[in-house]
Amino acid sequence: MSLRIKIVTFVICIAMLLLIVDLVRRRKLREEYSQLWFATWLGILILMVWFDLLKWVSHLIGAVSTVSTLFLFAFMFLILISLHFSVVISKLTDKIKDLSQQHALLQNELEDIKRVQSNI
Amino acid sequence: MKAWGTVMAENEPQKTIVIIPAHNEGDHIPAIVHQIKVNYPSIDMVVIDDGSSDDTKAKALLAGASVISNPFSLGYGGALQTGYKFAVKNGYHFLVQLDGDGQHDPACINDLIEPVRRGVTDITIGSRFLASQTKGIDQPAYRAPIVRMIGMKIFGAIATFLIKQKVTDPTSGYQSMNSRVFHLLSGDTFPIDYPDADVIIMLHRAGFRIKEVPVRMFPSPDDKSMHSGLKPLYYIFKMFLSILVTLLRK
Repeated sequence: MSLRIKIVTFVICIAMLLLIVDLVRRRKLREEYSQLWFATWLGILILMVWFDLLKWVSHLIGAVSTVSTLFLFAFMFLILISLHFSVVISKLTDKIKDLSQQHALLQNELEDIKRVQSNI
Repeated sequence: MKAWGTVMAENEPQKTIVIIPAHNEGDHIPAIVHQIKVNYPSIDMVVIDDGSSDDTKAKALLAGASVISNPFSLGYGGALQTGYKFAVKNGYHFLVQLDGDGQHDPACINDLIEPVRRGVTDITIGSRFLASQTKGIDQPAYRAPIVRMIGMKIFGAIATFLIKQKVTDPTSGYQSMNSRVFHLLSGDTFPIDYPDADVIIMLHRAGFRIKEVPVRMFPSPDDKSMHSGLKPLYYIFKMFLSILVTLLRK
């Protein structure tokens, strides 16, 4: 792995980690949803800094170059993050459905009360 | 001597409600509401206006129905579930559901509700195919897209095999049930897009008794069935997956 690619990857990792911390600080990203992003970029950073580990992992999975191992891990984490978002969206959809139904039932009750009151 | 609560419960009239999910059905709702009001004056009725952009709500109110409006469309199952929750909240004992597009003939409400009221079964499902085999019910020819017909046959056969009881019309939304069933369906387990054979299988696994009853169904007037376009493919995928996970759940 050339020194240039090491520096580029290192800078990108640090920049992304800082961006995530800043998003959490400004409350644009909830701590709950930041964990997988942290894991992704920290994982890449560790593999990059601890080069022997990267070589060992590359050998273990049969990757020809260490760069492709980094890409594989980045890609895997991104897929996990997408799956995580699908789970979150499903949960939110259920909550929105429950809220809407509750809203509809309360509105119906309110309209009934108003109708009764206007008849008195 | 019986406690007051027991006496009250025994004397309490058995309340029945008809729920009618409707999405942009302003043209058909008044006739359905009118028919039910005239033929079943003792039964309460609520129209679930599922985020309609037309005058469904105004027309249903004008016709004399109570209306619950979802703030936006939650889909057919979501609208039905609003009705189940209303029935739970207001202490109903029995429930009948029929579509707001005029497909389901309100004249068959009694045929559906009677077996449930008598305690013969927990849920009745109106079948258009059983009707054609039954004397006295004039059933119009049923036409549907080929994918839907194949889906109905496959899932009918799967449901028949799994619940060990003939299911001729698994897609039928014309149903009646007792309070134990709609209590369960008002929870998380109810699918909000296409409740279908998966719900029948789930109810059977939950220990409920299911019975098909012949009913008259008309062709969908505007052909805006939820099984049109590319949706049948999603329907088939969803149903296979849903049946599989229903079997895997405890």
